[in-house]
Amino acid sequence: MHLAYPAVLSALLFCTGLYGVLARRNAILVLMSVELMLNAVNLNLVAFDVWLSRAAEETLHSGQALTLFTIAIAAAEIGIGLAIVLAVHRNRGTADIDKLRDTAEGHGTDTPETEPGTEKAEATA
Amino acid sequence: MTTTTLAVLVPVLPFLGAVAGLLLGRTAPGFVRPLAVLPTLASLVLAAVVAVRQGGDQAVTAATELTPTGSVPIELALYVDGFAALVAVLVGVVASCVQIYSTGYLREDPRYPSYAALVSLFTSAMFLVVYSGDLIVLLVGWEVMGICSYFLVGHYWETPEARAASIKAFLVTKLGDVPFLIGLFALATDAGSFRITKVLGAVAHGGLDHPTVVALLLLAGVAGKSAQFPLHTWLPDAMAGPTPVSALIHAATMVAAGVYFVARLLPVFQASQAALVVLAVMAAVTMAGSGLAALAQDDIKRVLAYSTIGQLGYMTGALAVGDRGAAVFHLLSHGAFKALLFLAAGVIIHAAGTNSLAAMSRMSHLRDRVPDAYWTMTVALLALAAIPPFSGFFSKESVLGAAEHVATGHTEHAPAAVGWIVLVAGLVTALLTAAYATRLWLLAFRGRGAEAPDHGRQPLTMTVVLWVLAAPSLALGAFAYRVLPDWFDGRDLTPALTTSVLGTGIALAGGVITYGAWRHTSAVAARVPLGAVAAHPEGDAAQVEAEAIATHAPAYGDVASAPDPADPGRLLLGPLHRHAAVGFHLDAVYRALFVRPVQAGASLVRFLDREVVDTYVRGAGALPRLLGAAVRRAQTGNVQTYVSALLAGTVVLAVAALLVATGA
Amino acid sequence: MTFAQAPHVTLAQAPHVTLAQAPHVTLAQAPHGFLSPTGVEIAFLLVGLVTFGAALVTVTTRQLVHAALWLVVTLGGLAVEYLLLTAEFIAWVQVLIYVGSVVVLLLFGLMLTRAPIGRSPDADSGNRWAALIVAVAAAAALVWVVVDAFRTTWIDLDGPAAGSTEATGASLFQNWVLPFEALSVLLLAALVGAIVLSRKAKEESSSPPVNARGVTKSSRPVTESSDPQVRANPAEQEGTR
Repeated sequence: MHLAYPAVLSALLFCTGLYGVLARRNAILVLMSVELMLNAVNLNLVAFDVWLSRAAEETLHSGQALTLFTIAIAAAEIGIGLAIVLAVHRNRGTADIDKLRDTAEGHGTDTPETEPGTEKAEATA
Repeated sequence: MTTTTLAVLVPVLPFLGAVAGLLLGRTAPGFVRPLAVLPTLASLVLAAVVAVRQGGDQAVTAATELTPTGSVPIELALYVDGFAALVAVLVGVVASCVQIYSTGYLREDPRYPSYAALVSLFTSAMFLVVYSGDLIVLLVGWEVMGICSYFLVGHYWETPEARAASIKAFLVTKLGDVPFLIGLFALATDAGSFRITKVLGAVAHGGLDHPTVVALLLLAGVAGKSAQFPLHTWLPDAMAGPTPVSALIHAATMVAAGVYFVARLLPVFQASQAALVVLAVMAAVTMAGSGLAALAQDDIKRVLAYSTIGQLGYMTGALAVGDRGAAVFHLLSHGAFKALLFLAAGVIIHAAGTNSLAAMSRMSHLRDRVPDAYWTMTVALLALAAIPPFSGFFSKESVLGAAEHVATGHTEHAPAAVGWIVLVAGLVTALLTAAYATRLWLLAFRGRGAEAPDHGRQPLTMTVVLWVLAAPSLALGAFAYRVLPDWFDGRDLTPALTTSVLGTGIALAGGVITYGAWRHTSAVAARVPLGAVAAHPEGDAAQVEAEAIATHAPAYGDVASAPDPADPGRLLLGPLHRHAAVGFHLDAVYRALFVRPVQAGASLVRFLDREVVDTYVRGAGALPRLLGAAVRRAQTGNVQTYVSALLAGTVVLAVAALLVATGA
Repeated sequence: MTFAQAPHVTLAQAPHVTLAQAPHVTLAQAPHGFLSPTGVEIAFLLVGLVTFGAALVTVTTRQLVHAALWLVVTLGGLAVEYLLLTAEFIAWVQVLIYVGSVVVLLLFGLMLTRAPIGRSPDADSGNRWAALIVAVAAAAALVWVVVDAFRTTWIDLDGPAAGSTEATGASLFQNWVLPFEALSVLLLAALVGAIVLSRKAKEESSSPPVNARGVTKSSRPVTESSDPQVRANPAEQEGTR
């Protein structure tokens, strides 16, 4: 099999995940996109490992081992990430990345946007 | 002690007194009065001793060069001839009288310590001018007087008139001082020295390359300092200062400095016929114009101020005809009676509670309230009007005699035209002087109407001084015209018969005409009530005067004149009165010619600064601000935006690196 | 493009030189064209298309739960790709961990944060176009480089599976023991951290953090809210904005 196939697929998946990370508003969707990017990397690692183990008789299987590590770390990451998102949501009433603008310069545009929404939620509760 | 040491001490003592007064004024108020009076009195005594020792003989000179100062050396030089010795005595007398008078006049003034110190400094500066043998040292005293006059005229700085007057006095005299300075430099460059003796020596040997230019430049400074046309306008306004200061400025110091300076350097001016003509025309215009203006003033002190300008015109006229003996003679006698006039006027203002002649003419018994001032002022006015045998007669006759001498072509050192100009102007002015002196006396002391308020007797310090000054006003002329030629150039100062008869006749005519006019108009006075008096008549004289000055414009519509139909000056001048009251619109002309253009230029500069320069500055700031706004917009707080930019940059960098690496 | 060729040459030449006599060595003598794909390649391509399409739907769909479900398809497709690459152990781990646990976690997360059921019009933020540009540019650059570099590289999938459980296990526990153990510590730390973070902090509601704006108004524990109207409310607010 041509190495180009998994490599190109990996690149495309990575960029798809990249788009998701940059474009999605909900934090959990962003986490999903991060998973996509990680999986693209994994595919790359596996493909190159298979190629090298045959072509260069490399026996360490470093690519596959690293893939396993990546999967484990991704699992840990998703757990921690979700916990953070939950904590933010509990504090702010939202998981929208757009509204987490505490570091904005000057008068943040989030204040007038956030306050009425949360107040209304408060009022109707 | 040698004469030189004594002469050096004369300016130093008041200077030390001024420094001590300024230092101790707040901590030890008890020492202020002695510190003001005693150094001045000591200087007077020393100046008298110097005069006696000098005795009109060879000039006492001394010089020391402190440090080399370039191509033209500046030396601390002393030059005491007969002129200097006598003028110094006059300065000492007037300054002492003023200091003593001021202790009573400003006895409740909280700013008396600084006032007294400034008067001392003023006196010291005038002594320096008188005794200095070096032009630059003379200039130091000259400029110190300028700044002291600024402070003293603005003593009542709470009133806008005083503030404006002080600034005007300073600016106008400075306007003359700039060409004066240039003239001094030109003179010293031509002569190779600032020493007066060397300058005169160079002049005597024809060493001056540009005598006319130098003389005209120096004349500008003299006109500013001695209040000659066209730079005289500061002097009437300077009446906003306290009366003793007016006496000091008018009688012995500031204005006398200009005349004295010309007298000292007269050969320089005589080297240029054009300068003498200019001097004569200046003197003539000044004399006649100030006489007319004085006749129209309502403020008693402004009348005296214009009379000072006129008498200074006599002095410059005498200088124009090359007779400095006559000029300094008139300076001495004028110093005595003008100081007396001002100090007496201060007493009258205090007693009447107003400085307006129109208001005084509606008060009866004012002369009974202030008998000392009445009698001494009568003497002084007679001296001013040049009625024999008062001192003014002899000095003025010496001036007229010198002019007649030149006009009839007896001398070579001045053109005959100059003599005629001075003679005719002097005779006209004699008429006007007698007229306004009579008017002043009649309006102030022969008023009819309500009785003048009685504030009790004036302080002794103020009245005794009047009598001290009355003596020279009365007798100086008759005594001195025989003695003075020994001190001066040796030219005869005896009154000539023609001019004496002519001058006295004209003066008497002026007095009689004014009396007639007054008889005619005084009936009107009762029908037109007019006048305002000070709100605090029980205050000291300075406070009353400050209030009178401040209320003159609101009460009468103008600082200078009053709408009084009972004024004999109005009848005498006719349609001229309106113009004379405002000094022949010279202030308006200056305003149109100089003040307005300067203000327009200032507003143009302001416009350029605000709208043009600032536009560039703001424009320069706008771009960084725009960039800052753009960069600030990037700080949205949205992490995704940041990551987008980061990754976009990464992609660009990666592609660029690839392209560079492959050489594509 | 010499840059991309250089590693290719060295990687290809090294075995070529060392195994010059071996008849089965392929690189030099057996050129494989893209126009005559093998069966494995066709399968890889088809599954790859499905995976990529599912990934695209995942990042573009407006229904949040659907996104998670499409993510399952993507991850499953990737597992199939691993199988096709003979990495069977990795493939099963992928299915177990990603499809089995991660996606479930994500679904829980969606529910716990009161994600709206159904289409939410504001799933994408305002910088969508910037993100698109960046992503497309990155994709173009990456694909260009990768294709250029590995145009002729061939993976020989014959012979024993490169990623069998045995081979992987042997490699992992012979050569990668220390990282493996370190990773276990990391997982433990993540476990503890996740528990700490997601625990309901009692003291938090009484003393809110200083820098959190609007904390006092919205710091009520989310899970306590049982009103469906409240759950839908923020989405409505954002939708009408």
